[in-house]
Amino acid sequence: MKKALLNFFERIEPDKEKSPFLHTAYDAFFTFAFTPNEVTAQGVHIRDGMDLKRTMVHVVLALQLLYVFGTYNIGNQHFSALGMYPGVFEGFHLKLFYGLVKILPIFVVTHLVGLGIEFYYAAKKGHAVEEGFLVSGALIPLIMPPDIPMWILAISIAFAVIIGKEAFGGTGMNILNIALLARVFVFFAYPTYISGDEVWIAGIEKVGPGMYAGQEYGTVYGILDSIFGAFGWATFGEGQTAVVDGFTGATPLGLAAKGGWEAVTQYYTVDQMWWGNIPGSIGETPKPFILLGALFLIFTKVADWRIMVSAIVGFVACGLMINGIAPDTFGPETDGIFKFMAVPWYYHFYMGSFFFAMAFMATDPVTAASTPTGKWIYGFFIGFVGLIIRILNPAYPEGWMLAILFMNVFAPLIDHYVFEANVKRRAKRQAAIASARGEAATAQPAVTAE
Amino acid sequence: MKSILNKAVLTGSVFLFAFELSAQNGAASGSNIFIYTLVGIAVILFFGMLINVADNLIGIEAKQNNIDVEEGGLSFLPGLNHLFGGKAPSYTAGTPVTILKRGHDILLEGEANGNIENATTVTRVAVQPPNFLGLQPIPKLTVAVGDTVKAGDQIFFDKQMPDVAFVAPVSGEVIEVNRGAKRAITEVVILADKEQQHRQFDAPDAHTANRADLVNFLKESGAWALLRQRPYNTVPSPEVTPRDIFVSTFDTAPLAPDSNLIVAGQEAAFQQGVNVLARLTDGQVHLGLDGRGDTPPAAAFAQATNASKRYFKGKHPAGNVGIQIHHTAPVGGTDVVWTLGVQEVIALGKLFLTGQMDGTRVVALTGAELKTPKYVRTFAGANLSELLNGNFKQDNVRIISGDVLSGQQKGANSYLNFYDDQITVITEGDYFELFGWLLPLSPRPTISNTFPNFLFPDVKFDGDTNTHGEKRAFVVTNDYEQVMPMDIYTQQLMKSIVINDIERMEGLGILEVVEEDVALCEFVCVSKQPLQKILREGLETMREQV
Repeated sequence: MKKALLNFFERIEPDKEKSPFLHTAYDAFFTFAFTPNEVTAQGVHIRDGMDLKRTMVHVVLALQLLYVFGTYNIGNQHFSALGMYPGVFEGFHLKLFYGLVKILPIFVVTHLVGLGIEFYYAAKKGHAVEEGFLVSGALIPLIMPPDIPMWILAISIAFAVIIGKEAFGGTGMNILNIALLARVFVFFAYPTYISGDEVWIAGIEKVGPGMYAGQEYGTVYGILDSIFGAFGWATFGEGQTAVVDGFTGATPLGLAAKGGWEAVTQYYTVDQMWWGNIPGSIGETPKPFILLGALFLIFTKVADWRIMVSAIVGFVACGLMINGIAPDTFGPETDGIFKFMAVPWYYHFYMGSFFFAMAFMATDPVTAASTPTGKWIYGFFIGFVGLIIRILNPAYPEGWMLAILFMNVFAPLIDHYVFEANVKRRAKRQAAIASARGEAATAQPAVTAE
Repeated sequence: MKSILNKAVLTGSVFLFAFELSAQNGAASGSNIFIYTLVGIAVILFFGMLINVADNLIGIEAKQNNIDVEEGGLSFLPGLNHLFGGKAPSYTAGTPVTILKRGHDILLEGEANGNIENATTVTRVAVQPPNFLGLQPIPKLTVAVGDTVKAGDQIFFDKQMPDVAFVAPVSGEVIEVNRGAKRAITEVVILADKEQQHRQFDAPDAHTANRADLVNFLKESGAWALLRQRPYNTVPSPEVTPRDIFVSTFDTAPLAPDSNLIVAGQEAAFQQGVNVLARLTDGQVHLGLDGRGDTPPAAAFAQATNASKRYFKGKHPAGNVGIQIHHTAPVGGTDVVWTLGVQEVIALGKLFLTGQMDGTRVVALTGAELKTPKYVRTFAGANLSELLNGNFKQDNVRIISGDVLSGQQKGANSYLNFYDDQITVITEGDYFELFGWLLPLSPRPTISNTFPNFLFPDVKFDGDTNTHGEKRAFVVTNDYEQVMPMDIYTQQLMKSIVINDIERMEGLGILEVVEEDVALCEFVCVSKQPLQKILREGLETMREQV
């Protein structure tokens, strides 16, 4: 079978001179299927089994649980906003397929645009397609709101890949995290699509001031309905169901920013937040699955544990500080921000996407600090700055994207000082040895004179 | 027992701290938490200080009573090394021990064992000028094809140091002078006599002769080529007196020969070699001893006199002399130190004991593709096809002079490198592997936990030369640091070499490393970068600057 596949690949190989783009694409798929028969030349004769493809794919593997849960949760949030199928497994197929219909286009567009640009630049520069987008392409769908319009997604990815990566020289050369750059582009260019209370639950439309209703299900759902109907399962129906009373659509953080922890617990239980049964970006909500992924990355040493640990330390330090300056008692006139500041630091772990950012975004080896010492500093400030932005920024109650991009910019500076310290340490040590030798040289004749 | 107690105390206090924090959290909110935490930290700092002061007092008391605090484990607060450093084997008592945490042993099939056989099949032996780094590419030959030479007769010299002789390891007839690119001389081949004849030297006394006489004798007898200098790993310049001389008495490289076996029966020669070296430096001769604990080093090493000794415990590259220098007395600035292998020290010693230049070497024939891995006694520069004598399991193999990390690939009809005491034969990995990056179907050596290797720490691998991936830019940042037991930022050093920033290279420690020291980093490199090649380019750039 392996031989047949090899022969097949040999037969379809396009001409490199005539169609460089096709050949680059061919090469990418060929090396995807087969590790090349390259042997070592000069230097070491055996090489570790680990390569960049394998490194990258392990991050993607760590994200798989989030994809499964994220898909389910899109539907779950949609239906619970409408007051339908409250149980976890009630209407499971509807929730799953509703999510699939939402997430598949996002996934496909992400990879078409991102990989298309990668292939184009690889062909133009005449090198192999590098694996960087494997991870970026897996991360981007997870950090987008489920209802993001495809054209915005496409533009943001094109911006991130061209300006953020290819302009700097491709995989391994970028300064800013590609996935976060895509999201920050949406954040600043199309703020209405990624902030406010309406965007985090899929398929809820505003029908009047303060009035919301579910979307009208279109053709795709009609087809699914006919299949489900044949099995005698529940169907999507026509849609346009009114939302339940007291629906806000707000995320826990959105609520906390206005009314503190009490406002959050009014709508969501701690369990819900922990297991991720809350509105939010597609993959950021289920904390246990994120932590599982993080542990997997730490165990396989694909991601650096130092960054994760120091980010938590920075988070706690900042949380304690802000708790410390928060007022003790609230009157009826107290602003929401003071209530937000008074939310105990450990409750902040339940809300928002800290774990996701810490595990998958901050640990990107290209944009993080590269030295062990640097990683401690880098991670600490991500935790510290991110929580400041989350709590004290009046416009948008979450900060990891901005904090990580901010620290991406500082990572080379941190590293620079770590390297400088190494250089100084070496110079100092040399001076010490030289002076010791100077003393020894003068001491020796004295000994022989005795 | 003491260290277990220490660990228990430390863990206990951490738990107490955590408990205290959580207890506070239950009741309080807002600024209360902040204040409680501050108080908690203050309390812990206070007790920490108290313990520290007590610890210091104990230390002072112990010093007055001449008790060794470190060894006796008297101190209340254990040092980090005591807690996590692991234990040095008992035979190291009384000698300093350096424990290295970072490194990796690549376990391969095909280890040589048994006794040393005499290689009877070797007839051709070559002197290869490219083995000696730092020489000009076209040395001046003093023999021509057809000449007969004795072991110890001069073959060539380098124009930069014309009085340093490079000599024949065997007696016989010069039958070939092979040239490589740009007419550089690559091999001077000698057809060895059945009965070896040696040129007889009149060796000065190792203890009483003055240093200049010793140096002149080394230059004339060809023993100078046994020396290599750090930085750069070149043949040292005779004008420079080395700060120290370093000899590593064990080799941790994959399938490396056992130095205890090599030195057996040569103890006197080794000691004599050390005695000579001690006269050649203003500093000391440093012996790096095997502190890994499996087998204690031979008495010839452990009880050698005239030298300072230090044990090293750790995985490869703990046996590399460069790592040992770094942890004993690092080089840098204008420092020059010399290094020798065990067999070079023995050859040097024999020269002073017998007056003859000994060209024989013990070589380990290793690797999974050899039918019978074994030790043989042959000549430095022996012909590989004659030495291996078709002892392969199959044809598609790579023959390496040296180990799989820093050895050199050799054609079948080429010659053992001068400083190498090992030949490795492994499979060429020129095969395609279906989804090799995702689902490796055959076991392979790796440091990565993405493979199930961590479940089977003692499994040995065949190993092949497949790159297991394509070359990429530097991406991953935590791979080299797992195997580099030196205070050097390898990746940054390599980057500074690539951009040719000389000041930075020196600052980041390029003078402390040679190829073999970064070889393990190259092995683990996820981006498949050629680190040894980059480093050599950097070293050449540095050398041109001087």
